[in-house]
Amino acid sequence: MEFFQNLNWMMILKCFVVGGLICIVGQILIDKTKLTPARILVIFVTAGAILGGLGWYEKLVEFAGAGATVPLTGFGNTLAKGAIEEVGKSGLVGAFTGGIKAAAGGIAAAVFFRIPCFINCKAKNEKRITAKGTRSNLTCPLFNFKLMLFLQVLQFL
Amino acid sequence: MKKIGTQTIQFDNPVTILETASIVGPKEADGPIAKYFDQCLEDEFWGEKTWEKAESKIIREAVNMAITKSKIPAQDIDFCFAGDLLNQCISSSFGLRELNIPFLGIFGACSTFVEGLCLGSVFIDGNGANNVICAASSHFCSAEKQFRFPLELGNQRPPTAQWTVTGAGCAFLTKNGMGPYITHITPGKIVDMGIKDSNNMGAAMAPAALDTLITHFEDTGRKPSYYDAIITGDLGHVGKEILNELALTKGYNIKANYNDCGVLIFDKEKQDVHSGGSGCGCCASVFSGFLFNQLKQKKYKKILLIATGALTNATSAQQGESIPRHCSCSFY
Amino acid sequence: MKPLDTKKDYQNYVDKKSPNSPILKNCFNAFWVGGLICTLGQIIMEFCKYRGLDKVLSSTIVSIILIFISAFLTGLNLFNKIGKFAGAGSLVPITGFANSIVSPAMEYKSEGYVMGVGAKMFTVAGPVLVFGISASILVGIVYLIFNTQSITLV
Repeated sequence: MEFFQNLNWMMILKCFVVGGLICIVGQILIDKTKLTPARILVIFVTAGAILGGLGWYEKLVEFAGAGATVPLTGFGNTLAKGAIEEVGKSGLVGAFTGGIKAAAGGIAAAVFFRIPCFINCKAKNEKRITAKGTRSNLTCPLFNFKLMLFLQVLQFL
Repeated sequence: MKKIGTQTIQFDNPVTILETASIVGPKEADGPIAKYFDQCLEDEFWGEKTWEKAESKIIREAVNMAITKSKIPAQDIDFCFAGDLLNQCISSSFGLRELNIPFLGIFGACSTFVEGLCLGSVFIDGNGANNVICAASSHFCSAEKQFRFPLELGNQRPPTAQWTVTGAGCAFLTKNGMGPYITHITPGKIVDMGIKDSNNMGAAMAPAALDTLITHFEDTGRKPSYYDAIITGDLGHVGKEILNELALTKGYNIKANYNDCGVLIFDKEKQDVHSGGSGCGCCASVFSGFLFNQLKQKKYKKILLIATGALTNATSAQQGESIPRHCSCSFY
Repeated sequence: MKPLDTKKDYQNYVDKKSPNSPILKNCFNAFWVGGLICTLGQIIMEFCKYRGLDKVLSSTIVSIILIFISAFLTGLNLFNKIGKFAGAGSLVPITGFANSIVSPAMEYKSEGYVMGVGAKMFTVAGPVLVFGISASILVGIVYLIFNTQSITLV
């Protein structure tokens, strides 16, 4: 496992701590302000876009890697960074196209991957009793097909 | 029937509650008063495709069960009062459409069931009817879907949040019977103390419960000790404690015989329901199951039932409003 | 205790009386679950780089894989349990965003594929996209106007 031997453990530690700290900010917002999840996510993505626009967030990304890009602030940063880059290339139109271009992968994935789920699964009460007639998604052929497709893409990489 | 005091109606010929029926969901079936319910479901769908259809089935079966138990043919029932939490009361109107009984849909949030009992007994004592059916239902999943977030959304509920009961209760009221009787009703005012947190219904509704509680005692000249039990509908653990203290500031000590439907139906430690149960089905199923049983067995001779409902919907909650109210009935 | 007659008095009393969320415990759980999700992302990213992919592509792949895992767990009715335990720990990372799209899609399936799944999918995520995209457009316009060296570009 050459890959694991070459892993940058310091980077992973930094990533863990920074990612965790960003989540703590969110948790304090939830518990202290009674904001709904939608509002919390909006605050994070907007804050990320503004910090990204100022160029500050990129420094955090360099320091912590995925610890800064995986939280939703990173999503906001990607949008802002994309807009700025496209402005450099194509002027005003770039401000409108750049953001979504940069974040297209994430948005499209979120829309697409719900498909295997809604083919067969029903939302259930968390306190559900394993009732007859509720099939697990793993037994759904289409779902398995999508899963295999995905794994093959991974192998290809 | 005559009005006494400011807002209480006293019946000349007290109305009898002949029979009740209750059906609850799987979580309620694990609760401390599960053995008093007529039927406990194994899952939330009960063979239906959607939660809304399941809720309609629950209220329909509860009404059918009450009619069967009463041994009175369905065509002798004059009116039916029913309501639920879903928009435009669709569970009750869809559930009861095959019943062929004149139907009056009502909405009072968690107080719907008691509102139905009030109206039903006025119809009977005013000689407008001989037999009346009152029912109410709620379903945890359909209520969460309409009022809050999708079930699969990974969010946390604050400790003051209440758990909507999956279930329905139905009461069969009749003119000539041997009791238990409904003797007085005290419809309550709309009281708004400005609580906007939709996750703290108990605190929002407690002042309304207090208002009707005190008015009832003043109108009838009774004291808290007159009743064997004073039961509120769905204030939960937080609201129960608040009502206890608020009543004390007004000079009424209700601690000894006071309890709450939302507290009774779930086990707070084991079932992770935070502040207790709520919803139309909570008061309806606790009364139809547990309280009616206690009245029949004469364990309680006189009870005061005060149901409160938070009159809010998804839109008004987003616009920052919360207006609670309620109605009350007394029985012996 | 004195009677509480004004709304303000009552609000203060209620705030004191209502139990608070166990914030320390919640923060601890949010910290380690959130940190772990980010670490998983970092390992995937390192792996992509090890395979010779560039930085932008590998961070897109990280998002896609995490979104897939989150959608998968939501479909298995597991994500809400993680969310209940971890709170912001699973909400704030991109996993929470994916969950907020998949969960209404599952729930509103009963209203049909167009007006149910299609329309309700973005009940939670819609505002996020609206505000995120609007903010990025504003940032782009502001950058265009003040295109000076004081704004650092990568």
